[in-house]
Amino acid sequence: MTSLYIIIGYLGLLIGLGLVSNRFSKGTSADFFIVNRSVGPFLLLMSIFGTTMTGFALVGSTGKAFSTGIGTYGLMASWSGLIHSAVFFLVGIRLWAVGKRHGYITQCEYFRNRFDSKGIGYLLFPILILLLIPYLLVGVIAAGKFIQAATKGMFPEQFALSLPNGMPHPLSGGIPPELGGAVICGIVLFYVFFGGLRGAIWANVFQTIVFMLTGVIAFWMISQKLGGLAAASQAVLESDFARPRATREGMSQAQFLTYCFVPLSVGMFPHLFQHWLTAKSAKTFKLTVVAHPIFIMIVWVPCILIGIWAAGYIGPLGPGQSTNSILGRMVESLVHSPVLSGLVGAGVLAAIMSSLDSQFMCLGTMFTKDIVLEKFGEKRFSDKQKILIARGFILAIVAITYGLSVALMNTAQVFALGVWCFSGFAGLFPLVVGAVYWKRTTAAGAIACIAVTAVTWSVLFYNDIIAKKPPGTEDELLIWGMMPVTLIIAASAITLVVVSLLTRKPSDTVLRKFFANSNKANQAPRTQPAAVGPHR
Amino acid sequence: MRTPVLVSIIGFIALFILHHDFWNWNNPALVLGFMPVGLAYHAGFSIAAGVFWALVSRFAWPHSIEAWADEPND
Repeated sequence: MTSLYIIIGYLGLLIGLGLVSNRFSKGTSADFFIVNRSVGPFLLLMSIFGTTMTGFALVGSTGKAFSTGIGTYGLMASWSGLIHSAVFFLVGIRLWAVGKRHGYITQCEYFRNRFDSKGIGYLLFPILILLLIPYLLVGVIAAGKFIQAATKGMFPEQFALSLPNGMPHPLSGGIPPELGGAVICGIVLFYVFFGGLRGAIWANVFQTIVFMLTGVIAFWMISQKLGGLAAASQAVLESDFARPRATREGMSQAQFLTYCFVPLSVGMFPHLFQHWLTAKSAKTFKLTVVAHPIFIMIVWVPCILIGIWAAGYIGPLGPGQSTNSILGRMVESLVHSPVLSGLVGAGVLAAIMSSLDSQFMCLGTMFTKDIVLEKFGEKRFSDKQKILIARGFILAIVAITYGLSVALMNTAQVFALGVWCFSGFAGLFPLVVGAVYWKRTTAAGAIACIAVTAVTWSVLFYNDIIAKKPPGTEDELLIWGMMPVTLIIAASAITLVVVSLLTRKPSDTVLRKFFANSNKANQAPRTQPAAVGPHR
Repeated sequence: MRTPVLVSIIGFIALFILHHDFWNWNNPALVLGFMPVGLAYHAGFSIAAGVFWALVSRFAWPHSIEAWADEPND
């Protein structure tokens, strides 16, 4: 029970953090939503990294490495190290500049003004929400599953479980995932409600430090219990079941290559957009761009190794057992120190909650700014009312997500759900690239791009996740051996370009507002008419 | 196009190609006695990506963007 008390103590600390950050609040909506654009390099790095590393990174990656092997790292982690930083550098900094110049807070607000179309905001809003819900589900399910595995046997009478054949379930006596998920949602809601984005950022920094440290400690402890690093990996090579996990046997090269499109999703995550806008200056991004790939490595390498070691240690899973619980099972069964077990549990929950908080926060901000204030006007509500509206919407979405998580708790695969969520956001990446770099992108092109992404994603998602597959079909949907995201991005990019070229180009007024070059080109003739001409 | 920007683009393409280490695909050998070679290669790739972005940030930083963000609006 000591480990459970440590986890409870950690959750209590987060509640305290929410209350303290509330004391620093200026009570304005600008402070609540984007911390008055005052965040420095270290806070930006930790909050962005904490936000991108979720249950997917710890629980999902360990489970995926258990079933697929070390290729999991190349699929997601090393691609993300290169691509995420590229997106921060090429898109994030430019969006920060536009946001600062024109005072934007949300993505829809930016796109609405960039394309001079109210319709884009109303079209994009529900799509972003629908894509965020699977992301939230990843967090809630991962948290619930991890808590159950970490507390197995602690409540043998209250939470007894048995397998279909009548034998005791390996997770019998653990806190049910539905209860664990509800507690985690409640805690995150608390500190987000009280602290706003400041509370979320502070919690992110604290939680990122906690999960990075405890992850390394857990990795070390597990390796020692398996006889040391070398012995743990040697056991993998000696097991028929685990040995293929030390290679990329069975993984197609086309799939490995086309996973590069999945991390493009960070360019369209609404919660990251909001984090980018909190930066004090463009230079604030430097540390994030450089350290992000290294931080990913620090978190992912141990998880992947634990995943393949688990394949050698546990062997094939029985009926009713999910790969989502692999990390929890390894920690619980190997790290016998209750104190360390509790710290590691707190670390995993920290990783999960550090994403949930930003996502909750961003949902409330989007609804308030993009729907309510857009419809009724900025001056209709006081700052207190705006914050109240944001909290109400967050509560509603969390309730829906929680209901879905209860329904899908035992069937959804955290990794698969995460990849689908990322694929949807990645499909919208051509939209942000067009908006930022291509002056010829038109409102009609943008709307067509969003619509095509939504339709393509929905059809492929249905075929992979919802529709029943004939026996013997591949687990993961691939198209000509490639990830479905390849098709989604291709369809969305082609649509954006073709429709934009077929429709009237944006007005000079709009271009002057959003492109630094347009500004200079259009201002220069007014002041120095002789200096600019077609022959110079 | 400025030379540092061009070099950055070439560096990015090189890293993109190097990610696809087909030669390690079915090799279960352990590096340092514990790390499967395919995983060790990609861990090294992550470090290389960090170094690459440090160089890009040093030599190809978009200074004009910050100045534009601070300019007064029309």
